[in-house]
Amino acid sequence: MHEYSIVQSLMAHIEAQARAHRAVAVRRVAIRIGELSGVEPDLLRTAYDLIKERTLCAGAPLDITAVEARWACRACGAGVDRGAVLRCPACDAPARLVSGDEIVLDRLELEVPDV
Amino acid sequence: MCETCGCGDPELVPVEVQEKILSGNERQAAHNRAHFSEHGVLTINLMGSPGAGKTAVLEATARALAHRRLAALAGDLATERDAERLRAAGIPARAITTGSACHLDADLVHRALHHVELARVDYLFIENVGNLVCPAVYDLGQAFNVVALAVTEGEDKPLKYPVMFRKADLVLVTKTDLLPHLDVRLETIVDNLAHVMPEPAVFAVSARTGAGIDDWVAWLERAKAHRRASGVAAHHAHAHGGPHGHTDSHGRVDTHQHG
Repeated sequence: MHEYSIVQSLMAHIEAQARAHRAVAVRRVAIRIGELSGVEPDLLRTAYDLIKERTLCAGAPLDITAVEARWACRACGAGVDRGAVLRCPACDAPARLVSGDEIVLDRLELEVPDV
Repeated sequence: MCETCGCGDPELVPVEVQEKILSGNERQAAHNRAHFSEHGVLTINLMGSPGAGKTAVLEATARALAHRRLAALAGDLATERDAERLRAAGIPARAITTGSACHLDADLVHRALHHVELARVDYLFIENVGNLVCPAVYDLGQAFNVVALAVTEGEDKPLKYPVMFRKADLVLVTKTDLLPHLDVRLETIVDNLAHVMPEPAVFAVSARTGAGIDDWVAWLERAKAHRRASGVAAHHAHAHGGPHGHTDSHGRVDTHQHG
C-alpha cells in the first residue's frame, strides 16, 4: 500500500501550486493514472479522502482519469495487443509502452481571492 | 460580495499543471545515480516477494564475486536480519528499516548512502522490501532492476504482477533445485514473462547448489564493463568537494559529506 505516499507527494505539488497562485482553497484536483503505473485508483482515492481533510483540498473532489496500457512495435510502430507476447508479429522487434505508466497531476481548480 | 472582508467574490482559477506526482523521488534518484556513476559503482535494485530468495542470491553472489568489492543496503519493515546475513557472507551491509512502508524510495537510499564508502565499492546491491507491487513504482537511482522469482511462487506470477516484471531488466528464477518436487515448468514461467516484458532476460538459478550463479555473475561483470566502456559520465548538479545540503521531496533538509 504505497498509495498514501503517492497522495503525500501529490499534496506537496498542490501546496506549491496553491502558494504560487495565492489560493485560499482547492476546488478540484484532476490526475491521470496509468494501468501499469503500479497505483490502484480506488486505494488512491481512499488515501486522498483521508489525507485531504486538514488541507486546502478538504472541499476538492478528486478526478481520476484511468489510462489503458498501450504497446507498439519499437521498429514499425504497429500496435501490439496488451496481454499478447510483447513483440511485433510483423518485424519481431520488442514492443515499447506508449502509454499506461503515468502518475500525473493534470490540473487544479484554485480559489483565489479577488483583489 | 465576499462575506468576510467585502473584497469581492473569490475567483476560480483553472491551472494546467501536468507534473509527475513522483518528480521529487525522480530528482533524488537522479542524484543517487550521479553518486554511483561518479564512483563507478554498478547499483542493482533487487526486488521480489518475501521469501523469493533475494538474500540467498546475494550470499551466493558474494561467494562467486569474492574478488570484487560488494556492498549492500537491505530494506525491511523491521529487524536487521538480512543485513546480518549479508555481513556474515562478507558483504558490508546496512539495514534500512522502513517501519510500515512497503517500499524503499530514493531518499531512504540516499540517507543510507552516507554510511557507504562508494569509492571502495564495485557493486552495490539494494535489496528492496519483499513485495511484488510497491517497490516497482520508486526509482532509487539503480543501473538495473533485477527481480527474484522463486519457482515455488508458481508459474503465473508474471501475469498477476505485470507492473513489477515490466520494470525488470533481468529476472532471476530462483530455487530451481526444488523443480523436481513441483508442478512448475521453467518454460511456462519464461513464456509468461514474454507477455509482460518486451525483452525478457531470465536466468534460472539455485543459490543452494550454485547452479546458474555463473550466468548471473557474468551478466553483472558484463554490465559493469559496459558501463565503464560507455563512460556513463557523472554530471552531478554540484561539486562534491565538501559538505552540501539537499532538500528532499518532503521538504526535509539534509547536509552531508560524501567519502
